Amino acid sequence: MAGVADQRSATRVRGEPSILLRLWRNKDTRSVILQILTMALLFAFLAYIINNAMLNLAVLGKTFSFDFLGFPASYDINQRLIEYTSQSTHFRAMLVGILNTALVAFFGIITATIVGFLFGIIRLSNNWIASHIVYCIIEFTRNVPVLLHILLIHGIIVHVLPSPRQAHTLADSIFLSNRGLTIPDPIFGEGFSYTVIAFFVAVGIIVTFYRWARKARDERGKIYPVFWISAGILFGLPFLVFLLSGSPLGWEVPTLGRFNLKGGITMIPEFLALWLALSLYTSAFIAEIVRAGILAISKGQWEASQAVGLQRNRILQLVIIPQALRVIIPPLTSQYLNLTKNSSLAIAIGYMDIVATIGGISMMQTGKEMESMILVLSIYLCFSLVISAFMNWYNQRIKLVER
Amino acid sequence: MTPGKTEGPITVTEDGGYLPGTHPDLPPPSSVHGPVHWIKVNLFGSVTETALTLVAAYFLYSAITFLVGWMFVDAAFTGESRKDCRAVATGACWAFIGNRFSLFIYGFYPEPERWRVDLSFVLLILAMVPVLFDRMPQRSKALIYTCLYPFIAAWLLVGGFGLEQVSTDQFGGLMLNVVIGVTGIAFSLPIGIVLALGRQSQLPIVRILCVSFIEIIRGVPLITLLFVAAVMLSYFVPPGTNFDLLVRMLIMVTLFASGYMAEVIRGGLQAIPNGQYEAADAMGLKYWQSMRLIVLPQALKISIPGIVNTFIALYKDTTLVIVIGRLDILGIGNSSLADTKWQGLSTEVYVFVAFFFFVSCFAMSRYSLWLEKKLHTGH
Repeated sequence: MAGVADQRSATRVRGEPSILLRLWRNKDTRSVILQILTMALLFAFLAYIINNAMLNLAVLGKTFSFDFLGFPASYDINQRLIEYTSQSTHFRAMLVGILNTALVAFFGIITATIVGFLFGIIRLSNNWIASHIVYCIIEFTRNVPVLLHILLIHGIIVHVLPSPRQAHTLADSIFLSNRGLTIPDPIFGEGFSYTVIAFFVAVGIIVTFYRWARKARDERGKIYPVFWISAGILFGLPFLVFLLSGSPLGWEVPTLGRFNLKGGITMIPEFLALWLALSLYTSAFIAEIVRAGILAISKGQWEASQAVGLQRNRILQLVIIPQALRVIIPPLTSQYLNLTKNSSLAIAIGYMDIVATIGGISMMQTGKEMESMILVLSIYLCFSLVISAFMNWYNQRIKLVER
Repeated sequence: MTPGKTEGPITVTEDGGYLPGTHPDLPPPSSVHGPVHWIKVNLFGSVTETALTLVAAYFLYSAITFLVGWMFVDAAFTGESRKDCRAVATGACWAFIGNRFSLFIYGFYPEPERWRVDLSFVLLILAMVPVLFDRMPQRSKALIYTCLYPFIAAWLLVGGFGLEQVSTDQFGGLMLNVVIGVTGIAFSLPIGIVLALGRQSQLPIVRILCVSFIEIIRGVPLITLLFVAAVMLSYFVPPGTNFDLLVRMLIMVTLFASGYMAEVIRGGLQAIPNGQYEAADAMGLKYWQSMRLIVLPQALKISIPGIVNTFIALYKDTTLVIVIGRLDILGIGNSSLADTKWQGLSTEVYVFVAFFFFVSCFAMSRYSLWLEKKLHTGH
């Protein structure tokens, strides 16, 4: 035995490393050790903060549970898409908040995309004065914090616009005042369903026509004005059915009451301000993305299209934009995500979105900080995941098919 | 001599004409160059172009007359209340801004101590110099000072060690924006580098951890993280520990910025050709050695424009602290509106703050563009 021990110490003296050192020097075992250490550190950290959280909750006499979602919320929400009263539960308040966020994000994304593409294309146009005006607007908009845009527009609506009695009005049916934008409310009469059915039939016809026209183009080289014919069918057919079924649609036009407007649909100033500010801010970024995308298409594509005799609009529509979209889509996705996340600034002007309902008043009332914040964070994560999943799917669809 | 060039003797025939091929070049006719041509092509190229030009020109004219009128011609620059302003002018009331200018800059920082804020601004500019100019002499030594700057500034602003203590509750105005922005960027850079390297790591657990951290941070709005700082973070420290709100905010802002920073640096890392990694391995360099000596210097250099853009975004986002009740430059403006003497001047305040942000962010974005051009060594 002694001899073995001697031998071992002798080898160590000669420079043979110990077992631990040898494991450490082997690349594979070292990576395993490192990962185990990382996990251990992470778990230790998590255990530490969870332990602290439990101690703190115990000190304050609170428990960790989501029971409060079933309790009555007893506060009012100024814009609700679903039935909600102050007797409804916190869970219902959260749903109202989620829908409000989704509403402003949805409208914001649509407007921002349209305005952004328009700005991006004008920015590239040959028209010196138009492109420079758009340049100034873009630079001003994107170099100012979005919160400032929201507050500025909200301030203008609330302080500068006149009261409902002196509201700016268009044809006495659309009113713009410091209480928001009021538009007539459609009342669907009996038989309006025929028009709806006609609309879907029109969509079906258009899809078939589109396929047929594409086949005709590929096989016979005949080009039909697909856009105009489609538009004609889309609007013409439902309109015809609408007239034939006896125009079953009325409008509840808002009228001036003593202090306020009665009837109609009112977009509250908070929604208007948030919608306009988010669209404007994001459209400035989208315009730059569109511009970069179009500039990324090589000059040869323009020249080749000009050589086959296409006009500028047709070149953009048929050659440049389809190719530019591949460059544009990934950064566009992150702008959509930014818009959705920026809608959380609603709380600064009192628009009741997720943060203001469950993460604001509900949290203050129930004192459930941890639970509410976890809910809010996970809801936003879900929003982000849904939008990026959709955009990834779209990106896959338009990706260049490589040969 | 090539025909048609003017140099050399010009051959002229008896009747005053030129020999074939010897006529000097004439300037192009005025219909294809010069200002008239330019206007024709760029402003009145076609019917739609002309319409666009006219609409744009009308828009420009009305916008400029309105803005100049409101901001300068009809504006009041002196006065003690809104009434004074309205008495002399119908446009903007800038007296309000002038009246509260120091509040906008320093917040509620105690007046006799304000030199410390000024000094830290000056030191900040000095600390930026070696980052912005890569040709300066003794750059590596100056960079050490840059790395130390956040700590010097913290000491100057908070006090202690010979200076009078100032509570962080008194931080406000522009100073708060700068403190949050600079701290966020300074500390998120190293964290971002580690996260970006972790995202590319060969070790699956490290990679998954880094990816999920980055994606979670980028998937939630900064506001919710600030709320976490305000109401939730103090649950995670041992009971009884007092934890300054500003520090909590700075932690969350730093984590937020590092998620974005990691993505910027990952872009830089991915732009480094594989040959560089392989060459470093072939030289027998260890992982950290190859990163420190070969990969990161190149990757960081190409990510500088992205880092500047992240800073601009973060700097604009520092205004969000008003939702948890801290008064930055925007918050000061917002809360000044509650003063009965000055009620209803929200537009003036917001336009002033917007102008301020526009100037600083626009300058930074120009710098980042210039840098991008300079670093772009391809074709």
